[in-house]
Amino acid sequence: MKYVDEFRAPELISKAGEEIRRLADPKHHYRIMEVCGGHTHAIYRFGLKDLLPENVELIHGPGCPVCVLPMGRIDDGLSLTANPEFIFAAFGDMMRVPGTHGSPLEYKARGMDVRIVYSPADALKLARLNPQKHVVFFAIGFETTAPSTALTIIRARAEGLPNFSVFCNHVTIIPAIRAILDSPDMRLDGFVGPGHVSTVIGCRPYEWIAKDQGKPVVVSGFEPLDILQSIVMLLRQLRGGQAIVENQYKRVVPWEGNPAALRAMAEVFELRPYFEWRGLGFISQSALKIRSAYGEWDSEQRFTVPGVRVTDPKAAQCGEVLKGVLKPSQCKLFGRECTPEQPVGALMVSSEGSCAAHYNYSQHRPITIDAAASL
Amino acid sequence: MATTAPKIKFREPQIEMAHGAGGKASRRLVEGLFAPLLFAGAQGPLSDAAHIQINGTRIAMTTDSFVVSPLRFPGGSIGELAINGTVNDLAVSGARAEAIVVTFVLEAGLPTDILEAEVRAMGQAAEAAGVRIAGGDTKVVEHGKADRMYITTTGVGRLLPGVAISPESVQPGDKILLSGAIGDHGITILLARGELDIEAEIRSDTRSVFPLVQSIVRAAGGGIRWMRDPTRGGVATSLNELARDCGRGIVLSEEKIPVRDAVRGACELLGLDPLHIANEGQFLAVVSADQADAALEALRRAPGGAEAVIIGEVRDEPAGSVLVTTLYGGSRLVDMLVGDPLPRIC
Repeated sequence: MKYVDEFRAPELISKAGEEIRRLADPKHHYRIMEVCGGHTHAIYRFGLKDLLPENVELIHGPGCPVCVLPMGRIDDGLSLTANPEFIFAAFGDMMRVPGTHGSPLEYKARGMDVRIVYSPADALKLARLNPQKHVVFFAIGFETTAPSTALTIIRARAEGLPNFSVFCNHVTIIPAIRAILDSPDMRLDGFVGPGHVSTVIGCRPYEWIAKDQGKPVVVSGFEPLDILQSIVMLLRQLRGGQAIVENQYKRVVPWEGNPAALRAMAEVFELRPYFEWRGLGFISQSALKIRSAYGEWDSEQRFTVPGVRVTDPKAAQCGEVLKGVLKPSQCKLFGRECTPEQPVGALMVSSEGSCAAHYNYSQHRPITIDAAASL
Repeated sequence: MATTAPKIKFREPQIEMAHGAGGKASRRLVEGLFAPLLFAGAQGPLSDAAHIQINGTRIAMTTDSFVVSPLRFPGGSIGELAINGTVNDLAVSGARAEAIVVTFVLEAGLPTDILEAEVRAMGQAAEAAGVRIAGGDTKVVEHGKADRMYITTTGVGRLLPGVAISPESVQPGDKILLSGAIGDHGITILLARGELDIEAEIRSDTRSVFPLVQSIVRAAGGGIRWMRDPTRGGVATSLNELARDCGRGIVLSEEKIPVRDAVRGACELLGLDPLHIANEGQFLAVVSADQADAALEALRRAPGGAEAVIIGEVRDEPAGSVLVTTLYGGSRLVDMLVGDPLPRIC
């Protein structure tokens, strides 16, 4: 497949692996955070950990939108399905995320009208096709998905569509990174920066991480070679005592981001004064809400939602895992009470969640397998 | 014979779509509820077809229901699946389908031409597979109580001589054969539903695999340890079941597994693993190392078997699991399908 296979070429991958080994100072233990859940998934999916020396450790960051959503927001969104005139539409990732009284999928099994959509535009289409019903789109995601939600809301207003609204849970990445850097139990050497988010916001918003915190950032693509090359670039900076923002994903990410997408977001959204993140707590100015000019398409402004706050199960250590303080397998519930089939925490649900990735791809580690042995 | 109360382990409060998806939840339902209540005396792991003895003759028997939506899709339709699915379940148990009985559940209001088209498709598939349709039953339910039509087929088959397959016979060193490219059926259905704005040149792989099974049985009969058609839950689920049933590890080489570009592309976009996608015209076989090359050769020479490959082998470790080695020497475990990303594909 073009634009994919080139970044999975085995000889280049093994060269990058060698370069990492050459650059990594054996006396130093490197802790590099990949911010984005897409990277976490790729690292497990392609077995990239096996290619890194032991002293280069990857810490999984908070960039999984499903994982950082507190349970109360899920309950609030699902509360709207009590009305039989409502259709609840969400991405497939959301479907197995547990709320207090079950996941969207369980609501569906009980007869509520819950639909999987692949984009907010699909939810809008549902509204057009079902004029007698009201479609609530449960929007999640960082700056990656926020522009398409914004454009969909602009479209709904242009069409004067009355039976569509968005339950907005969009969050922004920079405050989350700041919260992690402020966390006293965190020691990181650098960041593999989020690729998809950066296609929208560009690379400039990360400059403070390099300048003020002295940590290098390399914005990275999602193929195996992208991720390894980004680690090479980080190690080169660390070796040279440098801390700058670099863009490994130039084929997709413009330095200045996507002005049209940013305009659409600014048109529809404003910052919430604060928003609760699972595991990270309340973070100020870290989430988006729909401006009152578009209030008619905002489920929260149009309907009454209970505003539920749910504390996570005490034993679940999602917060520590999300911040990278604990590894997934160090959580007391991992693989026992909490599995991808019956998840307690959201990190076990989304394929981008570090617990699900760890469970699915390497739960039984360590296994000694001679991978090179011919099959 | 000691009689003890059956031990029901299935404790989930309601049936979810995942319980019919062929993955982990299905296995919990079958092993936790059906098996203890219906076949408590059964020995050994459950498989797609039962072998039973009647008047001294062993026959193979299987049943399968088809609820696929949409009814027609590129490369096939529900009627064709209903015949091939049952022929294939018998084939991979080492049997040739002899007769099939059919049950139709029809929704009032179903246009006759749709029904007729499917009945014709069944007739043609049965003829192609050389199986007789011996009888059937029809039920009609009120409009809105079923989705157009469901078909159940039950088949009996004659065991092929010289084949004795069971998970227990699987040994470290055995090779894993796959009859061709994977994921075509599941992705075709997904795209045929039109919920995604993706178009691709791709067709369901639905077909009878019996001729292919027969070719490897002739070439390597005694060396064949186990066979399965990887339908719902895909290759990953079938091999995980094998790994658990035989207590060995299955190690696959990712680069050897044939996946068409359209399937790979759709999977990349949707975040699915081709190893979890359903097939309707492929099968997996575990063959002893000394007979594997002969079996592969025979498969490749048989019509429709040109893409057959050896994708991996059985090892002692990781016991009970399936490990995939990636192109770069990395590795990852592949579990059974969890949840149901693509409901009603067959």
